[in-house]
Amino acid sequence: MSLADRILRLDRRIIFILVALGTALPLLVPVNLPITVTPRVEAAYDTIDQLPAGSTVLFSLDYEPDVSAELQPMTVAIMRHCFRKNFKVVALTLYPAGPGLVEPAIRIAAEAEHKVRNKDYAFLGYKSGFQTVMIGMGESIRSQFPVDFYGTPLDSIPVMRGIRNYGEIALLVNLTASSAADYWIQFAVGRYRKPMVLGATAVMATDYYPYLSSKQLLGLIGGMKGAAEYEKRMDLFGDARRGMDAQSLVHVIVTLLVILGNVALFASRRGTGTR
Amino acid sequence: MYLGPLVLTFVVGTVLIALYFIPNHAAQEVNAQLLLWATIVYAFALILGSVSLMGTHWRKIRLRAEGSFFSWVAIVALVATTLMGVVWGVAEKSPLDRFYNAVNSPLASTMFALLAFFIASAAFRAFRARNVEATLLLVTAVVMMIGRVSIGEFIWPGFPALTEWLLDVPNLAAKRAIAIGVGLGAISTALKIILGIERSYLGRQR
Repeated sequence: MSLADRILRLDRRIIFILVALGTALPLLVPVNLPITVTPRVEAAYDTIDQLPAGSTVLFSLDYEPDVSAELQPMTVAIMRHCFRKNFKVVALTLYPAGPGLVEPAIRIAAEAEHKVRNKDYAFLGYKSGFQTVMIGMGESIRSQFPVDFYGTPLDSIPVMRGIRNYGEIALLVNLTASSAADYWIQFAVGRYRKPMVLGATAVMATDYYPYLSSKQLLGLIGGMKGAAEYEKRMDLFGDARRGMDAQSLVHVIVTLLVILGNVALFASRRGTGTR
Repeated sequence: MYLGPLVLTFVVGTVLIALYFIPNHAAQEVNAQLLLWATIVYAFALILGSVSLMGTHWRKIRLRAEGSFFSWVAIVALVATTLMGVVWGVAEKSPLDRFYNAVNSPLASTMFALLAFFIASAAFRAFRARNVEATLLLVTAVVMMIGRVSIGEFIWPGFPALTEWLLDVPNLAAKRAIAIGVGLGAISTALKIILGIERSYLGRQR
């Protein structure tokens, strides 16, 4: 068997070992590769940064543990930005396994910026039904969330006073790994004319470029790279920036493997005389 | 025999579409009430899903099918997590919170992380320049993989701009076409259901 054929039949366990090393080594020995903030993330940052003082920002954090590596650092970074600007933050999740991630993320961001639950932010918890919750909140947030995640009636939460529906919300931030973003765009943006910023997983982000050009989205933060850019814009060094070295090296490994596979394919074809 | 469900679908479908476009306060009150009903139906769907899950796994256990041990695991996990949530609540440091952080979260993350290994292996075997289309896909994939991470800019400063162009022009055009197609398809399917032409949701073809 020629060398080219051996490469083409490369044992996948070797690829697994290379990927494992590519992930682990940069996390153990960080290189801190430079990160440039792209226009989409800059637009998201500017949209939040330019909101008037005292604005209320609604976060819909629709994700579960499988994508937490990408979206959890994003949540913390954006929420810290809102807290630094002294905005009122109202968060909810439309995923049943969401509260377990969302609640600690809000707590981490709030503690870092010295904010207090119910005074500066509220976590409404989980509610099933994407469209019905979104449309229902347009009429009354209390009809969908009579009590918050901790069982406190919304009328007893100081930060919720005067917030009845989308009318009192300055911006919607949706961080998601699902079609929840499509529904938010249809209902909160399309029907209630709320400005919206989207944070999505890297594989999903490409789906939402049409909404950027139509201005239905004012900013798009894609994957761990987007989260790392936001952290850089915030002058933070969080989990996303820590993870970017590993992601970079794994991408390089996969690219080199693809190139190697193609070189071997051409060499093998030349050796057998096939075209 | 299907007249009742068909009429109900037609009435609810047309009324909800009409209410969406009527800005009148009374109409929106009716809309809000109907949405509240829909939320209750969603809650029942969760119960139905749990019962169906239990039924499927119980059947496997009864028949001693292959892998029935895992059916026990699924049933015990379902019952235990439900009880934890109902009895001790879902607050921070509650048993459910601890279980979620110690079991559910790492398991879900691990399952997703495994994808990195399989995608790397699949990319090595699938991205082969066998013809013009495959070569185009291969080159685009390589540019995107390198251009969308920090090291891309380090290798060649033009990578980020090139990836932005790929996303802004070819990607945007294709996605927009797909979105319009899907939108028109959804309208057509909805109309077929409301008008009773599409009846497979009733559980039987007629």
